[in-house]
Amino acid sequence: MPLLEMHDIQKEFPGVRALDGVTFTLETGEFHALVGENGAGKSTLMKVLSGVYPAGEFDGRIVIDGSDVSFSGIRDSENAGVAIIFQELSLVKELSVGENIFLGRAPSKLGVIDWTELYRQATRLLGELGLSIDPRAKVGSLGIGQQQLVEIAKALSRKARILVLDEPTAALTDAEVETLFSILRDLKARGVGMIYISHRLDEVFRMSDRITVLRDGRTVATHPAAEATKDSIIAEMVGREVKDIFPEAKHELGDVVLRAENVDVYSVDEPDKKIVDGVSFSVRAGEVLGIAGLMGAGRSELLSAIFGAWQGKHSLELELSGSPITIKTPRDAIRAGIGFVTEDRKLYGLILEQTILDNMTLAALKRVSGRVLTSRSSERQAAAEPMRSLRIKAPSVETVAGTLSGGNQQKVVLGKWLLTRPKVLFLDEPTRGIDVGAKQEIYNEINKLAATGLAIVLVSSELPEVLGLADRVIVLHEGKKTGEFSKADATATRVMAAATGHAANTAFTK
Amino acid sequence: MSDSKSILTNRAALRAYAMIGVLAAIWILFHIITPGHTFLTPRNLSNLMTQTAVTGVIAVGMLMVIVSGQIDLSVGSIIGFAGGVSAYVMTEMGFSMTVAIIAAVAMGTAIGLFQGALTAYVNIPSFIVTLGGLLAWRGAAKWLLGGNTIPVSDEIFKGIGNANLPVVYGWIVAGIFAAAILFAAYRRSTLTGGESGRGLAGELLKAAFPVGAIIAFIAIMNAWQGVPVPVVIFLCVAFLGAFISNSTVFGRYLYAIGGNADAARLSGINNRWNVLKVFGVLGALTGVAALIFTARVGSALPDAGTLKELDAIAACVIGGASLVGGRGTVFGACLGALIMASLDNGMSLVGVRDFMQDIIKGSILVIAVGLDMMGRKQS
Repeated sequence: MPLLEMHDIQKEFPGVRALDGVTFTLETGEFHALVGENGAGKSTLMKVLSGVYPAGEFDGRIVIDGSDVSFSGIRDSENAGVAIIFQELSLVKELSVGENIFLGRAPSKLGVIDWTELYRQATRLLGELGLSIDPRAKVGSLGIGQQQLVEIAKALSRKARILVLDEPTAALTDAEVETLFSILRDLKARGVGMIYISHRLDEVFRMSDRITVLRDGRTVATHPAAEATKDSIIAEMVGREVKDIFPEAKHELGDVVLRAENVDVYSVDEPDKKIVDGVSFSVRAGEVLGIAGLMGAGRSELLSAIFGAWQGKHSLELELSGSPITIKTPRDAIRAGIGFVTEDRKLYGLILEQTILDNMTLAALKRVSGRVLTSRSSERQAAAEPMRSLRIKAPSVETVAGTLSGGNQQKVVLGKWLLTRPKVLFLDEPTRGIDVGAKQEIYNEINKLAATGLAIVLVSSELPEVLGLADRVIVLHEGKKTGEFSKADATATRVMAAATGHAANTAFTK
Repeated sequence: MSDSKSILTNRAALRAYAMIGVLAAIWILFHIITPGHTFLTPRNLSNLMTQTAVTGVIAVGMLMVIVSGQIDLSVGSIIGFAGGVSAYVMTEMGFSMTVAIIAAVAMGTAIGLFQGALTAYVNIPSFIVTLGGLLAWRGAAKWLLGGNTIPVSDEIFKGIGNANLPVVYGWIVAGIFAAAILFAAYRRSTLTGGESGRGLAGELLKAAFPVGAIIAFIAIMNAWQGVPVPVVIFLCVAFLGAFISNSTVFGRYLYAIGGNADAARLSGINNRWNVLKVFGVLGALTGVAALIFTARVGSALPDAGTLKELDAIAACVIGGASLVGGRGTVFGACLGALIMASLDNGMSLVGVRDFMQDIIKGSILVIAVGLDMMGRKQS
């Protein structure tokens, strides 16, 4: 008897059929991956399972241990043993690890929290997971990876038997991913069924027993992982064959456009801590320079400092097209011809409640609209070109940015920077959290832009992306440059070795 | 193609129509329950508009500050102080009215810029800076006036608060505004290639409502004694404010900064400089409001403008502004000010006791925002 069965689940939003007859089963101790493009219905399905959409708001049956269940809220699903760990963690940063684990159910006597007992139980739980995290540490002081593990400990403390993980590795370093996976294997052995949502197919194939593909709110297929290939799964996700994700593009290299020497960046919170240490690089017109490295290696900080956006201490020398230049603010950078598609489009890229048009013209407002007075019609004219060339799918430029899919949001941010007519474009994690189809479009766009002579600096945590697009790769490890490879020399093993700091010497002496 | 756009504009328009509907309902209700049905008479409406002017002028500036994600709690006290300065300059120092006007507006602007600088460049939250200002500038007003009132004798100065525009001028103003609106409608129908999809006839039809409203307004004001000067000032400020927030780079930056300060900064906007400027604008408008208030009363009072900051904030919020920033319109804030003034005026006519008026106004503010939140959740 399966642990969980979801039969013919249908869920409608005004005007949209988000789920259109999804069927899904999970066995005891099974690791079952759920994959699909953004908007395929994965998150909606999990919200149905967790009672976020209570019984009655959707059609279909949910069966746990052979008996029908109907949840009227998250509490019900938790009591039935369902725990979900969302992409955005739901921990309270100002509270301790122990407090977070027992949030809302702290052991107490007469309404007074029994701290000794709370921390004793927390220590035991963390121990069971093989974690050496201090239960009294503030969650905010932990890295993202450890926070994720705390979240899992919290789920287990609630006796979860069905654990849903939504993109749990998106923000983790490789070492943290390994820790997470060994814990998940352990849980599997203890009979916990796991539903694993991820865009990272490597991980999916490494861990899964079965893989279910969703597309447009329907179950396309469920395969034993051993019988599927990455290509077949991707084809099912997008509904078409993706022959080659990284189209072979020959970039014509021109002169050096940007040269940065001896970039030092210090932490904002701890002014003595160096985040970037003496990094130098240059990028040519028409070249895609990849910057690889693990989370926290200082890649974003490096770009941020060059762009004049770093708010802590930093020092560097810059040359633009051969002449020295000083950049103090993002405005200086934009004037000099540098564009910066920042990481996390929702936090740093977009004004979510404003329209596509408002967002797209913001960085170039004085050029495309007017120095003092704005002109809506000039803005529309200016935005029409990136709207078309980037193939932004929206009813009109007056569509509110927050209502777009991740891929289209990312294209709006890209369009915003193209309107500033940059000579150098920084791209920081340009494809994070967007679906395969949109990723491919962004890749094509990067190649197209390089072909027009734009110098591109690409930061990405997805190694295949860096290797597939970049003409040259530099690697950072703990703020230092530990490697530089031409496209021919850049193999996954070499870059990873440099990124983990193991091959600092060989990389240079090779 | 224009589906979501029309939904959007419809939603904003719906909100404006709903507010106008609420205002109409309040007016009709008061007209029915006032003894002698005196609410909807030219005389009272003229009075009502004058009462709206002071709050309205500040609300326009406050709206821009709120849109940028800031707040100013000190404007009521600045009215007291800047008004005191204007009377002091004339009565105690013997300067002319012109000097007094410049002094009051300059004082308001200087205070606004000072508080804006503390917020933008010293990173003290504007709530704290202006909470301090609320106390300090009230104290400054009391100190300047020595706890007394300073009367103003200049009749022309008093006219700022009490005079009316001669009937003929009223019609000229109406003509100018009507022409401007019709011209804008004409431009929209041609220049932008008919992107609104309405065409000339459609645009003119859409312009008919504001033009009709202006003509009706002037006719009513003229039926009493002509358009009151404070109302003229308020309308000019409102049009200027709407223009700045809709059609200037500065206005767009304010919405961007309030909507997402990080994204704005990374897009090359100088957030600090723009925040400083918007506090300067509000300060200047507070100076103007102080002049109207002082002229209307005929003297400077140490407690002039008390609680005006709350009226102005309430007007913005009732008009749909979000205190988180990034959202709100000058039109909404002006309607909000008119609704607040209508409640004051109507309840006084009906004879509602003082304390009851406060209770009712407070409740209506909370209910209005509550309904708005519920409406947003559904959409």
